[in-house]
This record gives sequence, structure tokens and C-alpha cells, in this order.
Amino acid sequence: MSVIVVENLRYRYPRQSALALDGVSFTVEPGEFVGIVGPNKAGKSTLCQALVGLVPHFYKGAIGGRVEVAGLDVHASTVAEVSRRAGLVFQSPFTQMSGAKFTVYEEVAFGLEHTGIPRDEMVRRIEWALRLLGLWELRDRNPFALSGGQMQRLAIASVLVMQPEVLILDEPTSQLDPAGTSEVFAAVGDLCRQGMAVVMAEHKVDRIAARADKVLVLDRGQVVAWGPPGEVFSLDGLTARGVAVPAATAAARELRWQEPDGTYPVTVEQAVRIGGERLGRDHR
Amino acid sequence: MSGLAEIIVRDLRFHYTPGVEVLRGIDLTLTPGSVAIIGQNGAGKSTFVRLLNGLLRPTQGEVWVDDLSTASTTVASMARKVGLVFQNPTDQLFKSRVLDEVMFGPLNLGASQDEARQRAEAALARVGLTGAEARNPYDLGLAERKLVTIASVLAMDTPVVILDEPTIAQDVTGVRQIGDIVTWLQEQGRTVITITHDMDFVARYFQRVLVFQAGQVLADGTAEEIFSRPDLLRQAGLEPPPITVLGQRLGLARPPLTVEGFVARLRGPNGLAP
Repeated sequence: MSVIVVENLRYRYPRQSALALDGVSFTVEPGEFVGIVGPNKAGKSTLCQALVGLVPHFYKGAIGGRVEVAGLDVHASTVAEVSRRAGLVFQSPFTQMSGAKFTVYEEVAFGLEHTGIPRDEMVRRIEWALRLLGLWELRDRNPFALSGGQMQRLAIASVLVMQPEVLILDEPTSQLDPAGTSEVFAAVGDLCRQGMAVVMAEHKVDRIAARADKVLVLDRGQVVAWGPPGEVFSLDGLTARGVAVPAATAAARELRWQEPDGTYPVTVEQAVRIGGERLGRDHR
Repeated sequence: MSGLAEIIVRDLRFHYTPGVEVLRGIDLTLTPGSVAIIGQNGAGKSTFVRLLNGLLRPTQGEVWVDDLSTASTTVASMARKVGLVFQNPTDQLFKSRVLDEVMFGPLNLGASQDEARQRAEAALARVGLTGAEARNPYDLGLAERKLVTIASVLAMDTPVVILDEPTIAQDVTGVRQIGDIVTWLQEQGRTVITITHDMDFVARYFQRVLVFQAGQVLADGTAEEIFSRPDLLRQAGLEPPPITVLGQRLGLARPPLTVEGFVARLRGPNGLAP
């Protein structure tokens, strides 16, 4: 059964005339990793906030259509109810810090306080989240003494510790170095294998293409493509819309390195295989 | 007018907390042109650039920008030479109108209202924000707020421009816009120093690349030199751009830095393409 169902979602911010989301529909199954890509102002962050109910409950404005997350009708539920099942990591990690805690450990523990979860379970979950994001060694540091990249991983850990059924990440690796980015994508892979559904808005399309099960392309509030990365990134006209495509796909398109089904490679691995065949050499 | 500047860094060492060295002996000369600084989070990149404009003073060693030593020059005087755009735009936005924000720097340097306004409008045009003059910076998205901070520094017309992670939150169009600004500054003979994790951006726009690791400069060379050394990159916790990896895996002699370069190589006179 789908853990996210979005049907014909339309949304307009207060005092705006254009729709920020215009007829968005898709579903996500447990354990799936979905990447949301597209140019800025396409509606990526708005969609992330709609999946946890901040749109429309916090931002107000006019909304239509249906959003169901982990069995809850988001429009008819409070943000607090939704937040027990779906966690959102904001684009800017500074926004996410409680500002009330003096160590990384306490910051992660913050969300679990007052939830009635037994103490030993809390301790277990905090350690799990900190280790998964590579923050265990930094647990006694002040959150505001962390680098941008470390703070970004802390923001993710603080949401993960609640063990939501659905994890929404809005550009979670923007401040991370390549190694830190790899860690976050690997952690997302682990979470999906444990059955969590993950939705990530991200500009790093090479990583999305290599890791995501499905890709949703947004442009001006509308879904312009939805499906497996190979199908989506092989579509014509994405670059003209300002949608980034993986380097391997852009190169293969120019060189007409197509798979038998007409799609282009989306990862370096796939391009090496097809390119190697075309170049008539043995490449491994 | 901005003019040329040379930056000389000698045995630069720095710590925030005694005993925890952030920079451990850096020797560099930075001449006009584009320089990318890459390296893992925590390698000392942001600390290094704060030492170049005098926001931080060396614990040991020296930083000279032309004839000014940062140790004995006020931050206000350094601001005429070195403009710095912070990683987090919230650290440097404090006016309620975009135009006032961008005029603030030139006014502070003694420009008249008219001149400051002209410079601000030119800088906003360069970052693609013409039309946003009357908006509140905090009503803008993160990507646009970042462009406002870049415009603010461009308007100061300094010979040295430092950008800390300028491509964060930018889409392809925004990255290209910032890349064009880097090229423009370089063509003007200015020194443009940029910290970034975006290796495609480095490969496409920068003449010189410095690899920082644990407070030292691990390598210094052209993008082609740096990205053709996977061992070195691994040591610094970095990876070459995907297109470079693809070229290497297909056995190209010199690593391609851009998709166009890769395609041209395969289509060239000795082209390998069928």
C-alpha cells in the first residue's frame, strides 16, 4: 500500500496569483527513494512542505486536491499529527536547530522529549541516529560550533531519531563535501532497505540518477516527468527547461549512446559499458 | 577603480582554541586570476579566507595584500582590497531593501549616493536580479539571497573577490550565472578566490585549484592536473567530476573536464566515436 498518495495537488501562497503547485500527482511505496529535481522556483520546497502539512497549515493560502501520508489525510490533520509519521529536514540547517540545546546529543534528544518513549529506547535511538550520520564522535560539541556540513547532518539526525515512516529531505547535501554527500546517500539507502520511504529534493542529479528508484521532475509547479531515472533523464527538452541532467546522460545523448530500449545511460557505470561497446574496446 | 592585487601568505598558522590548529603552515602567492579552494568540511577553507581579508588575524605567519599586512591593517581598510561573500547569506544581510543592501558597501567606502546607486544597479544586473531592487532580501529564496550578497561585494569593486560556497542552492541557470561572474572578474584582472564542493563548477570555470587538507595545502595545480590524480583526491576526501571519471574509465589520455570537452574529444580528428 502506498505510504504517500498525492492527487491533483494545487496550491497558491497567500497574496500570490500564480499556482506554486499545479496538478501534482504521484505515489510512493514503503522502502522507495524518490528524487525531486527541477529548476529553482519549480515548487520543490513547497511540495516537501505539503507532504508534512506545513503547506497549507502554516503558510495558509489556497489548496486543492489530496495528500495522504502514512494513512493520514494531511489537509484534515494537524502538523503535529503528521509530524509523528513524516519528518521534514529543511533546506537550511540553521532553521532546524532548536537553539535551546548545548550539545549535539541533546539537540538530537530534543524531539524525543515529552513523547513518552522509555529512556533506554531513547538512548538507543539517539545513538543509532548519531552513528548513521557520522556524528557520534561529535556528540558533546555545541551545535552552533559545527561546520555547515556537520550541522546539516545534525538536522537530519534530529528528524531521523523520531523514526518517521516517511522522511522528506529538502536539499540535504547542499553544504556537504563529496564524502559527506556520499554518507547521506548511503544512509538514505539503509533507511529505505529498512522500509522507510524517502523523498529528497536535490540539485545533485548525478547522485539522484545513481540512487533513486524514481525521479519526479517539477517545472513551474507542474510534473513534467515521473518514473525511473533512466526513463526520466532520457526525455527530450529537459535541459531547455533548466532541468539538470546527469553528465553521463548529457554526453551519451550527444554521442547517441543509447540502450536497446532507446534510453540513455544515467550513471558513469552504464556509460562506460555502452561507450566501451561503441568504441569497440574492452573497458572494465 | 579596482586595479590588480597580489596576495602573499607566509607560514600562516591559526587556531581558535590553543592546541587545536586549524591552519598548519600555509605558503602561497595568489596573483590575478581564478582560484578554487576545494577540500573536506573542516579542512580550514573558510578560516583561510577570513584571514585574507583580516576578519581573523594570524596566530603565526603573515598575510600581505599588496603592501598591506592584515596583522596591522583595520578590517575597514582591508575591505577596499578584499571583498568576501560568506557561505551563509544570513550572516551578512541586514537591510530591508535589496538596493539598500547592495549600496551599503560602496557608501561605506565613501561613494556618493548617485555613484553607489549606479554601482549597485550594475552589480544587481550582473547577478540577474534587476527588478528586485525594492524587495526585502528575506522575502527572497536562499539562492536569490545568495546572489544579493554576491552583488553587494561586486558593488564594492575590490581587486580581490572571495566567494564562500557560492553555488549552494543554485540550479543549473544560477550556477552558470555565477560561473560567468567568475570568468568576468578573471578577465578584468581581478583575483577571484572561491571555496566550493561543486567539482563540475571547478572544472569548468577555474584556472588554478588548491586542495586543502587538515589545515594545509595538499596540492596546487590546474583543474586538469588535480582531477587526473584520483589517489590525491581520495586522500583529500574528494572525487573528480563524473565526466572526468567517465573519460578516465574509457581510457582517454587526458581527463575531460566538461561534457562538451568529452564529446569533442570523441568526435575529434582522431575521434574514437563510430
